[in-house]
Amino acid sequence: MNFIDNPKKLRGFEKNIKVEKVSRRSILKGLGITGGFVLAAPVMSRQAFAYETGAGKMPHGVVVDPRVFVAVAPDGTVTILAHRAEMGTGVRTSLPLIVAEEMEADWSRVKVEQAHGDEVKFGNQDTDGSRSTRHYLMPMRQIGASARTMLEQAAAKRWGVPATEVKAVNHEVVHSATSRKLGFGELAADAAKESVPSIEGLKLKDPKDFRYLGKGQIGIVDLHDITTGKARYGADVRLPGMKYAVIARPPVTGGKLVKFDPDAALKVPGVEKVMQVRGWPWPSKFQPLGGVAVIARNTGAAIKGRDALKLTWDDGANGKYDSVAYRKELEEASRKPGLVVRQEGDAEAALKGADKVVVGEYYLPHLAHVSMEPPVAVADVKGDKAEIWAPVQSPGGTREDVAKTLGIPEGNVTVNVTLLGGGFGRKSKCDFALEAALLSKELGVPVKVQWTREDDVRHDFLHTVSVERIEAGLDKSGKVIAWRHRSVAPTIASTFAAGAKNEAPFELGMGLVDMPFEIANISCENPEAAAFTRIGWFRSVSNIPRAFAVQSMVGEIAHATGRDQKETLLALIGSPRIVKPAVKDMWNYGEPLDSYPIDTARLRKVVELVAEKGEWGRQVPKGHGLGIAVHRSFVSYIATIVEVAVDDKGKLTVPRVDTAIDCGTYVNPERIASQIEGAAIMGLSLAKYGEITFKDGKVQQKNFDDFQVLRMDESPVVTNVYIVPPGPDMPPSGVGEPGVPPFAPALMNAIFAATGKRIRSLPLGKQLEA
Amino acid sequence: MIKVKINGQEQSWDGDPDLPLLWFLRDEAGLTGTKFGCGQALCGACTVIVDKEAVRACITSINDVAGREVTTIEGLHPNGDHPVQKAWRQVNVPQCGFCQAGQIMQAAALLMDNPKPSHDQIREAMSGNICRCGCYQRIENAVHLASTGV
Repeated sequence: MNFIDNPKKLRGFEKNIKVEKVSRRSILKGLGITGGFVLAAPVMSRQAFAYETGAGKMPHGVVVDPRVFVAVAPDGTVTILAHRAEMGTGVRTSLPLIVAEEMEADWSRVKVEQAHGDEVKFGNQDTDGSRSTRHYLMPMRQIGASARTMLEQAAAKRWGVPATEVKAVNHEVVHSATSRKLGFGELAADAAKESVPSIEGLKLKDPKDFRYLGKGQIGIVDLHDITTGKARYGADVRLPGMKYAVIARPPVTGGKLVKFDPDAALKVPGVEKVMQVRGWPWPSKFQPLGGVAVIARNTGAAIKGRDALKLTWDDGANGKYDSVAYRKELEEASRKPGLVVRQEGDAEAALKGADKVVVGEYYLPHLAHVSMEPPVAVADVKGDKAEIWAPVQSPGGTREDVAKTLGIPEGNVTVNVTLLGGGFGRKSKCDFALEAALLSKELGVPVKVQWTREDDVRHDFLHTVSVERIEAGLDKSGKVIAWRHRSVAPTIASTFAAGAKNEAPFELGMGLVDMPFEIANISCENPEAAAFTRIGWFRSVSNIPRAFAVQSMVGEIAHATGRDQKETLLALIGSPRIVKPAVKDMWNYGEPLDSYPIDTARLRKVVELVAEKGEWGRQVPKGHGLGIAVHRSFVSYIATIVEVAVDDKGKLTVPRVDTAIDCGTYVNPERIASQIEGAAIMGLSLAKYGEITFKDGKVQQKNFDDFQVLRMDESPVVTNVYIVPPGPDMPPSGVGEPGVPPFAPALMNAIFAATGKRIRSLPLGKQLEA
Repeated sequence: MIKVKINGQEQSWDGDPDLPLLWFLRDEAGLTGTKFGCGQALCGACTVIVDKEAVRACITSINDVAGREVTTIEGLHPNGDHPVQKAWRQVNVPQCGFCQAGQIMQAAALLMDNPKPSHDQIREAMSGNICRCGCYQRIENAVHLASTGV
């Protein structure tokens, strides 16, 4: 299987754990605290994990060190660092809350500080892959428990009593026998001198004593600032002497500037300079596309100046990219054998011998992320030092890339992570920060690069475009005896290495080779597909087209056999068991299969739970229909029921959505609900409208008028979320992404129930109006 | 010289009279609570209140608001305790939060005009404001809560 020449280029594949001792002074400085003490505790190894996760295999692994993450001031204020980026999942609240829980800190006396990009110091900071809680629940508990233990030891010494007699309770340590109490602030200095508890001896709280975890009563730390306009996103950074820039980029990926005439732009009031920006040949990971920058005293002037530029481009090799023609190529490829990536039994023979074969070819076009905050970054480069302020999901990766791009040491680059006005995978690519760095270096002053919405739509790292073709062979009784699934889509690896045509293991593992049905003969294939634009991660990634195809096929099989959708689904899932697909290099979201198996008992459970709570089988009015779908992704299990109503004119409304999620042990059910509610909106958005098309190599859409996303008047009337209570010691799993994949197939199954029309091509568009 | 009152304070501008109010607010006046989302009045992230009406600051020039009174999220309530803001916090509306200033300003304008909007009236009035995170259910609940007393 072709992949990429150097796996290290693709973050998430480096296998190392590094921890570094950090001086106390630097921590205090880093936290902006001028007094107080920082607790010292051991750096823990992976052996300390109660269950194994893939955290240690992420670039720079995990740092479990209270000296890095926690500071206690003499007034008792506990400062906890958030080292992951906040893009709306609530992680900036959830991870510090875990520390506070174990530490017995009172949340009202906790201050959360955002860590800058430094993975040697903080461990991996890539906020993507629905990994933060999954990878950091246990490390954050250990950090909190270490801090608590040391505070208790310090108090015990002060009172001359055995440490076993004292207990940290709500921001103070108590000796109940003598009714003595000492606040955390009073103990901080002594606690810092305490010997650190051994990893083995570290006592975690009994979950029944949790005050915050699993309760969902704590609002996000930025709630007040967000509602008052004080929250600071990337676009809100203002530095003295800062200039504002917008850039005209090549309309075709890999295109080049031939010439430009800046005269008219320079006449626009407020425009100060027009200059070329360096571009890199495609593909080049996250390096800028290049183009012409207009520098002005404000963004409005820069935009007006750019509109006045006269530009001539050479479109290059991708100038022929045409979505209509490309779709035909994908469809043709899906009808021929491709690289076999999973094989069990003999699907070819079983299909030939089947009583009936149900075939579905499912199309999903490119999708743009369109986070509400378009890409934006501020850079201040002075000599061989660079400081960046940006809404980036990967501050560590941004730091590396800024250093490489400017040719300066990584230690000279500071990346300040602002709030992200949405990310969805777009902001795991730092091209916009690199643009700002290049311009600031040239100009010698701080520069803000603002992408307009048109820039965002036209120069995204798009969700791939795919054809998923499934053939299901049924015997006389209606049992599925053969399953052949061919997936054809340009790979994300093509953004890293020219000519990559087969999907990477991490894409194949998203709903293709990990398909959980109990079928004797299975063949999963991956015919080749070339890329002609930048492909990137989009919330849920390949799970979107895969769940759409697989779960729509379940609906098609139900129809072909005259059976209920849910019963058909449960029959296909089969017996409760651990699925072990015959796959080399099985991608399990980076997680060990021992901790995170493919467990059909859990898959069945969410189907049954959503069916019960969502009243599957209920009578619905004429023109309404119910659809169901389930999908395991990011090692979580999610099932959704959608009710649709379609009127005489084909107008679609969604009266009700019910979703059940099993994400193992969880931290904040209130934020889980908000993620799942949002996933329903994003799912409905992409199913109804989502489509980026190319003609002559150029994106044909530009803004929210022609790349529509869902608005309130068409959103589901009600979305209900049910969370499966975790079993004991159940490892946590993903929440941010897994809500999206089951939505589109549940919707299409519901539309079929309501209208008899089977939608195999997304988006829905006007297909019901015909 | 264009004069405009923003959150009760007189401000003046002698640059390009066509400059969108959005960029005057954000880049010249330093009021960054009002957000840029689309530049074409398609998403509502830049919603401010001019006199008593919700307008999209991205397509409103500074000249258009000369002599008028502009209220941004920073000026909605001195302590951030406008009923809409309080309701927003009670319902835990935001995810990323970027669109929320625009949503709140739109909701505040709606309630000035119609203190007790129905379910459909809320959905209609708020449908010009996009939330990509998908907080619509909570936005609707918060507007309803604000209209019934927080």
